[in-house]
Amino acid sequence: MRYEIPIGPIHPALKEPILLQLSVEGEEIKEVDVIASQNHRGIEWIGMNRNNPIQSLYIAERVCGICNISHPSALVLAVEEAMDLEVPERAQYIRVIQCELERIHSHLLWAGVAAHEIGFDSLLHYTWKVREKVMDILELVNGNRVTKAIMMYGGVRRDIKKEHIPKIRKMLQYYKEGFDKLAKFFLEDKTIEMRTRNVGILTKEDALKLAAVGPTTRASGVKKDVRQDQAYFAYPDFDVKAITPDMLTGKVVGDTYDRIVVRLLEVKQSVEIIERALDEMPGGEITSQPKIAKLLVDLKRADGEGIGRHEAPRGEVIHYVNLKSGFEPFYSWKIRAPTYNNIMSWIPMLKGCQIADVPIVAASIDPCISCTNRAIRIANGRKEMLSKEDLHRLSVEKTKKLMRGG
Amino acid sequence: MRYTFIPELFRQLFSKPFTNLFPLKYAPASIKDTLDKIKKGEIEINPPVEIPDKEIFRGKIQYDREKCIGCGLCIKVCPAKAIELKKEEKKIRIYVGRCIFCGQCVDACPKGALSQGEEFLLADADKLNKEWVIE
Repeated sequence: MRYEIPIGPIHPALKEPILLQLSVEGEEIKEVDVIASQNHRGIEWIGMNRNNPIQSLYIAERVCGICNISHPSALVLAVEEAMDLEVPERAQYIRVIQCELERIHSHLLWAGVAAHEIGFDSLLHYTWKVREKVMDILELVNGNRVTKAIMMYGGVRRDIKKEHIPKIRKMLQYYKEGFDKLAKFFLEDKTIEMRTRNVGILTKEDALKLAAVGPTTRASGVKKDVRQDQAYFAYPDFDVKAITPDMLTGKVVGDTYDRIVVRLLEVKQSVEIIERALDEMPGGEITSQPKIAKLLVDLKRADGEGIGRHEAPRGEVIHYVNLKSGFEPFYSWKIRAPTYNNIMSWIPMLKGCQIADVPIVAASIDPCISCTNRAIRIANGRKEMLSKEDLHRLSVEKTKKLMRGG
Repeated sequence: MRYTFIPELFRQLFSKPFTNLFPLKYAPASIKDTLDKIKKGEIEINPPVEIPDKEIFRGKIQYDREKCIGCGLCIKVCPAKAIELKKEEKKIRIYVGRCIFCGQCVDACPKGALSQGEEFLLADADKLNKEWVIE
């Protein structure tokens, strides 16, 4: 007997309002269907009609709250390509530091959420305590904890002050010392291994076929990273290598556990990049066009198109921009967010899993958390609501059951 | 059986709290009474967290009326359309209720008439209250 279980369209483990249609036999998931396009925010429309490019930079920042450096990064890359704008070297280094700070906080946030999804809340609080250090630095350097508002066409808006550098180094030291501890809690703990090893497997072939991006594909052994393949900003100086789980564990399985490994290793990699960037940061200007009025005129006159590719914490984000002279907003603007690619990898991942695994597997590709969470179970014509709490309870119960059995 | 987190859990039992303190230790039964008591000085609350760098911090916008020439550049760059031009006076009016604290107007102002202060606890039910409309 097969049952259909829809999860979504509104669900906190899912980044956007999206619908997961599961058909289950007993506890086992047999078929998965992903139904997207549940919501349209009109961000690109605003950029093409209402806003001038400088205003659009801030709406790009609000495409995603966690990736609020990634979207502006891709947008400035696209616009700078379209209008042949030079960027000073110091600005490129500051951009790299900002991007890597974001990666640290995003991956730690995700690690906490993953622990929460399997009912390991004490680890969630520990991870978010560790994450607080980088948030403090973000507030110190940017003036705000979350939205950084630092990208500008042709450079960055704020310099990294000399007196901030010792504090940043102190934070990096904290992460270097704390990394082994964090890795021990996440990778050696039996609870996490039980719930994530061999759960939600994405094979290398599937990852390539579905064009998955970011840590999701790297955990399956595909060495794909924009910072390595098509280095931008100051990344060519750092020689970034794509991280795969076999660097730590010696094998690639492509399961949820491997995705934890990749993200933790990337935190370590980001710390090293920031450290080197602080050492090698050259002096000079932070923007090639400090006068905003002049920049606005240049943007209006510019003619051309550009593509910006950036490695966000969740994978490759692409912005396409077309500028037409005399037309102030973007003539066309297209955003492709990393989750768009990764969402299809849910289908091979979820097949053969249990319903209690859905939260952790869905979260393993790192979609953002939204507000309401519910699923409706339709069995024999009866409707039952599975709320976020119910799903969470199922997940916690499975952890407990495994612990009793093991 | 390996549960590597357990020693840390026990350690945390005896360590000091890490997070910033709430204004009060327990949620009061009546917020209004508590606020009155705070005004009278009967209850002391934990002060808000200190701002790490006052130069960089992006708080409530400050407007220097004398310096403003009414060029309207801030209006052009404001992503939230929070600024309005008063044509006859050639000055501006800022609606803090719409402000997103990006500070782009501060960067754009050619005369340095705008700056960002340290105030950030700005919750209010009326978005057109006196303190939120800067002229």
